[in-house]
Amino acid sequence: MRQRLRWDPTACTGHGLCADLLPERIDLDEWGYPVILGDVPPGLARHARRAVRACPALALRLQQADEDHDGGA
Amino acid sequence: MALWYATRAFGVVALVLLTATVILGIAGTARFAAPGLPRVVTAGLHRNLSLLVLALVALHVLSTIADGYAPVGFASAVVPFDSAYRGLWLGLGTVAFDMLIAVALTSLLRDRLSYRTWRGVHWLAYACWPVALWHGLGTGTDSRVPWLLAIDAVCVAGVAGAVWWRLSLAAPGRGRTAAIAGSALLPLATAIFVFVGPLQPHWAERAGTPPAILHGGALRPGGRR
Amino acid sequence: MTGPQGDHGSRGRPRARITHRRLTAGWQDATRPASLREHHDRYGPLPAACQQNPLALVDAVAAARLTGRGGAGFPTATKMRAVAGRRGPAVVVANGVESEPASQKDQALLARAPHLVLDGALLAARAVGADSIHVCLDRARDQQAGVMLRAISERQRAGLGEVAMLAHGLPSRYVASEETALIRWLNGGEARPTTVPPRPFERGVGGRPTLVDNVETLAHVALIARYGPDWFGQVGEPGTPGTMLITVSGAVGCPGVYEIGAGSRLGDVLALCDGDSEDGAVLVGGYFGTWHATRDVARLPLSAPGLRDAGASPGAGVIVALPAGRCGLAETARILGFLSRQGAGQCGPCMFGLPAVAGDFAQLADGRPGGDVLERLHRRLGSIAGRGACRHPDGAVRMAASALAAFAPDASAHAAGRPCLEAQ
Repeated sequence: MRQRLRWDPTACTGHGLCADLLPERIDLDEWGYPVILGDVPPGLARHARRAVRACPALALRLQQADEDHDGGA
Repeated sequence: MALWYATRAFGVVALVLLTATVILGIAGTARFAAPGLPRVVTAGLHRNLSLLVLALVALHVLSTIADGYAPVGFASAVVPFDSAYRGLWLGLGTVAFDMLIAVALTSLLRDRLSYRTWRGVHWLAYACWPVALWHGLGTGTDSRVPWLLAIDAVCVAGVAGAVWWRLSLAAPGRGRTAAIAGSALLPLATAIFVFVGPLQPHWAERAGTPPAILHGGALRPGGRR
Repeated sequence: MTGPQGDHGSRGRPRARITHRRLTAGWQDATRPASLREHHDRYGPLPAACQQNPLALVDAVAAARLTGRGGAGFPTATKMRAVAGRRGPAVVVANGVESEPASQKDQALLARAPHLVLDGALLAARAVGADSIHVCLDRARDQQAGVMLRAISERQRAGLGEVAMLAHGLPSRYVASEETALIRWLNGGEARPTTVPPRPFERGVGGRPTLVDNVETLAHVALIARYGPDWFGQVGEPGTPGTMLITVSGAVGCPGVYEIGAGSRLGDVLALCDGDSEDGAVLVGGYFGTWHATRDVARLPLSAPGLRDAGASPGAGVIVALPAGRCGLAETARILGFLSRQGAGQCGPCMFGLPAVAGDFAQLADGRPGGDVLERLHRRLGSIAGRGACRHPDGAVRMAASALAAFAPDASAHAAGRPCLEAQ
C-alpha cells in the first residue's frame, strides 16, 4: 500500500533531515526546502517513518495515498 | 565505600555528557553540518546522549541513596531541597534531574504535544545544565581536585563557546545583546562561586554537611573516609 | 474618476455601450458618500419580504448567477448555502481590504455607496443566520474607516441595527485580504493566510461558520434583493450576467473605476478608457494576473470563462495597460519586487524563491549578463508554485511566467545583452 508524504510549509524551517533519511523521495531545493519526488512504496515505508520522526519542526507527515487531504504541499 | 566513588563518577560523567548534549543541541539550532557529520547524526547523537545522561543520573542518584553515607532518601531524588545533606546544593541536583526528566518526557511524547509546548519545556535545558554544574560544584566532595576543576572548566568553556557561536549567527538586536550578556555572566558567576566557595577552607561545613559526618567521618579532599 | 461616455472613441470608431449605472448610480456627481436617506431615495428601502423570508434571497442570488467579485469568482449562492447549512450562529465578513495596488474599485464603492455594501451584508447575515457582521478595511485608509463608522451609526439610529456591525482596520499587507488571513486576524492572530482545512464556511471567526464576501459582491446582493435576478441578468453577456466594477490604469487616457457589463470585450474596455486596443501589452487580473499582447486578447470577453482559453482570468477586474515601447520585463521586475516583500514570510519556497525570481527579472530587464538567467528563471518558476501554504507564490509565479511568454522576444534580446526590440 502506497503512502504519501506531505509537509507543512509554515512549520518547515529547512533543517533538511528528511532529505538525509529519505533521499529516494525527498530532495532539497536551492534554499533547503523539501521537494517531494513521489509516493512511498512499502519498501521505503520504514525510512519514511524515520524521516517523519526526525523532523525537528514536526513538519513532515505520512498519509495513505488514497486519502484526499487539503493543504500542505 | 565503592558506591561513594561510583556516585561521584556517575555524576561527573553525566555532567560531561550533558555538556556534549547541550552543545549538540545548539549545533542543531544553528543547522550545523559537516562532511561526515550530517544533521541526522548530530540530531541522533543529541538524542541518544541525553538518554544516556538520564540513565547515568539515575544511577548517580541510586548509588547515593544506597551508599547511605550521606543521609539522602528517595524523596530527595525528585523533591528539591529536601535532604539533610547539603540541602541547597543537593537540591539543585534534584531540580536539574526534574528538568531533565521533563525535557526527556516531552521529547519522547513530541507527536502528542503541540510544538509550542515541546519547545517551551525544551528551553529548560538551558537552565538544567548550569544548575547541574553548580550542584556538582556545591555537593561534590572533589570540587577542589585540580583535574576535576579542569573538567568543569572545559565544560563551561564548551557550552559558553557554543552559545556565543550560535548567538554570533543570530540577527543583531536587543535580544541577542541580552543573551550574550546573560551567557557571559554564567562563567563569571561560576568562577566567582568556585573561588569563594569550594576552594575556601571549611566549605563542607558551609555547604551544609551534617555535623555527624563532619566530625565523625571527616571529609578530606578526595572524599576519602 | 469615470471616463467619457461619448459614442466615438479616439480613433473615430463607434464604441460599444458597455457601461452601466447600477452600483455607480449617482457617483458622477458625488463628492462624498451617499447618506442613508440618499441611498433610500436612490434605490428604495430594503424590501420587507427579505425580512420575512431570508432564505429566498439565496435562491434569488442563485438564479441571478452572481459570482464573487473579489477575484476568485466563486458562485455566491453556493457559498451562502454552505454557511447556512451549518449548525449554530454564523458570521459574515465583508472584505473591503483591497490590498491589490492596481485595484481601486472597492475603495471607490466604499467611498460613495457604503450603504449598498451594508445592505448586502445584512441580507447575507439574515440568510445564513449570522449574528454579527465584520467589515474589514485597510487600516492605512483613515477616511474609509470614518465613512464606514458613520454609515454604521446612521443605520443604528434609523433602527436598522438588528445585526451587530463592526468595522476593522487590518494591516496593509498584500496577503491580508485573503479569506483565511481575515479570519485569522479577526480571531486575534496575524493577518496572514492559514492552511485549509478548516475552510471558513466550516470554522472561521470564533470557530463559527463564516461567510466571507467581497464588498462589491455584497452590493450586488443588495440590488438583486430589490430588483430581482431577472433584472440583474438584463445586462452583461449570457454566460456572465450582471455588471462588474473594474479598475483600469497605466497607459490609458482616462484611468479609473468603471462599471461595465460582465463579459464586455477587453478591446472595448480599453477604448472606453481612451487606451490602445491594438498595440502594446496588458496585465489582466492584477498583480496575480497574466500579461498578454493586447491584440491577442482585445476580442475576448472580460470574464472567467471568456479568458480561460487564453490562460487568463479577470481577477478583481483589474487591467493595467503597458504602452508599446515600454519594457514589460522591467514592469514585471518591479511588481515581483513588491510581491516578494509582501509575502507572509511563513514558507521557505516563497520567502526565498520570490526575491530570487524578482532579482532574476531585474537582471534580465537591465540586460546584465551573468549565468543563463532565462534557464535559471524557468527552473525556479517551476519549483516555487504549489509549495507554500497559500496562493501568494503561485500567483506571482504565474504572472512572471506569463511575462516571459508575452515578452519572449524582448526576453531573448535582454538575455543576450541587447535592449528591447522596440528600442532597437
